[in-house]
Amino acid sequence: MAKITMREAISQALMEEMDRDPAVFIMGEEVGVWGGTYAVTKGFYDKYGAMRVKDTPIAENAIIGGAIGAAMVGQRPVAELMTINFGFSAMDYIVNQAPKLHYMFGGQFTLPLVIRAVGGGGRQLGATHSQTPDAVFAHFPGLKVISPGTPEDAKGLLKSAIRSNDPVLFIEHATMYQVRGEVPEGEYTIPIGKSKVQRAGKDLTIVTYCKGLELSMKAADELSKQGIEVEVVDLRTLRPLDMEPVIESFKKTNRAVVVEEGWKSYGVGSEIVSRIYEEAFDYVDAPIIRVAQKEVPLPYNRTLEQAALPQVADITAAVKEVLK
Amino acid sequence: MKKEQQLDLYRQMVLIRRLEERGAELYQQGKIGGFMHLYIGQEAVSTGLIAAREPRDRVITAYRDHGVALNCGISANEVMAELLGKATGMSKGKGGSMHMADTSKNMWGGHAIVGGHLPIASGFAIGDQYAGNDNVTICMFGEGATNIGYFHEALNIAKTWNLRVLWVCENNQYGMGTTVERASAVTDIRQKAEGYGMKNGQVDGMDVMKVYDAAKEALEFVRKNSQPYLLEIDTYRFRGHSMGDPERYRKQEEVKKWQENDPIGIFNKQLLDKKIATRKALDEIEARVKEEVAKAVEFAEASPEPALEELYTDIYAD
Repeated sequence: MAKITMREAISQALMEEMDRDPAVFIMGEEVGVWGGTYAVTKGFYDKYGAMRVKDTPIAENAIIGGAIGAAMVGQRPVAELMTINFGFSAMDYIVNQAPKLHYMFGGQFTLPLVIRAVGGGGRQLGATHSQTPDAVFAHFPGLKVISPGTPEDAKGLLKSAIRSNDPVLFIEHATMYQVRGEVPEGEYTIPIGKSKVQRAGKDLTIVTYCKGLELSMKAADELSKQGIEVEVVDLRTLRPLDMEPVIESFKKTNRAVVVEEGWKSYGVGSEIVSRIYEEAFDYVDAPIIRVAQKEVPLPYNRTLEQAALPQVADITAAVKEVLK
Repeated sequence: MKKEQQLDLYRQMVLIRRLEERGAELYQQGKIGGFMHLYIGQEAVSTGLIAAREPRDRVITAYRDHGVALNCGISANEVMAELLGKATGMSKGKGGSMHMADTSKNMWGGHAIVGGHLPIASGFAIGDQYAGNDNVTICMFGEGATNIGYFHEALNIAKTWNLRVLWVCENNQYGMGTTVERASAVTDIRQKAEGYGMKNGQVDGMDVMKVYDAAKEALEFVRKNSQPYLLEIDTYRFRGHSMGDPERYRKQEEVKKWQENDPIGIFNKQLLDKKIATRKALDEIEARVKEEVAKAVEFAEASPEPALEELYTDIYAD
């Protein structure tokens, strides 16, 4: 096992898939000559050239609409949104075109398309550049939404996403590119739509993903020192959602906390809690608590921003509250 | 153009007209649901345009797509079946009037978000450029779509990346009920291509042969130079925007004036004047088309509804 960063994991996945399949190409703002705003595609332009690493105008409709068209005629584009917040400019393509074109035309079109998008707060970018709107995108049938929390999952899931014949939104977190983790040597993929127990425990189940995983693993360490053993289930894919490991874990612990970085109202946590109540009501020993972002546009000021974002302390407090 | 092909174009135009008229009746009987936009009055545009393409050229259009589907070679049976939402429609009854496609005929839809298919058309050309072929993507849209951002992003990238797209603006004078002057800063639509340094042209869309010639030339330019081109085709829809249009925005005299320029009437006269066809031959075409449409309605009505299980098919390809 090699220890690499999230950035390296994503970069390796892209490179391996481009080497494997000539139909794969990258398009987006500053992905080429610049090397990617988060340096994920550094060196790609020199290696693959302008035809396979396409610098686009700042025109999200042309990027995502163009990637959809190229996918429909047989290529496998990986389109990059510099931030997921710019995805709102291309909302029609992400939620109203890509997820529907296969279905609406009776299966005639396939869209082997990946949209990589950087999301998340915590970098003092202000309210319009810091959102975690994953739930919005996960709302739409026909789209697959992945948001990994470890380098291993990021690499394996991105490779699967590129090989998938469906449109995939692959959400990375802006503050996690330096997160290091062990990655298997050589070729591997991780299936889309499979949740995973990232840490075993018996007292309570934390259900989370992406940045929430990083925070929850830290919280789990702290709680462990205090004699509380939580099980952490990582969703990894938000749609299609795999509830099996969540329900299995909950049936064992009978208690849960759901952690997400996005806003609480109408969020991923709301969905998970509903599903637990629907599928395992008889196993509920205590009300389930959601840890999420405060219901405000994210402010610039560092202290205010951190006050709005979920913290490790919020998670440990929630766990203790549920166990009370 | 050979005599047989001219007669076939005439047949296609009459087929569109008659199928649309039957469609309107079936809509009024409640057998067709949703929005339905008729192509009556605009037949020469799509007929002349698509006659000029190579079979490998891709066609994509907006929601006024029944005629385009027929011109691309999709059968009247399938068009009618899709209108009735039947399993035998080309989109299995899941698309309806606004979403007709058949990739085997290089007809890529029927798209219902105004302007939304323009960047997708650029994407087809990106894919073809990447594959290294010289296919042209023919992208049709109304003049109303030239005021939305998609249009500008799509034209800009097409020119910047040297994409083989023939942009075809069907200027039927109204975006729903709003005239060009009330919605567009420039009324000469093709001027908008100038802003992107894009070659452009304009042609009378009521004369199918003129459309054909202009399209032929434009397609050759696009293919040879690997450059996009915007062709404005001026036309008029004789019916409302969709089936539920009270038409308060235009006077009957205006409609009547345009109807004197009926594209089918014009072509009929040309064929007779140039002695390409006898009146009898044209009447026979009319009779055959009438039968074809009647059979299409029969086929569609006799076709099964999609099975309930179809609700859950085709959500994902994997």
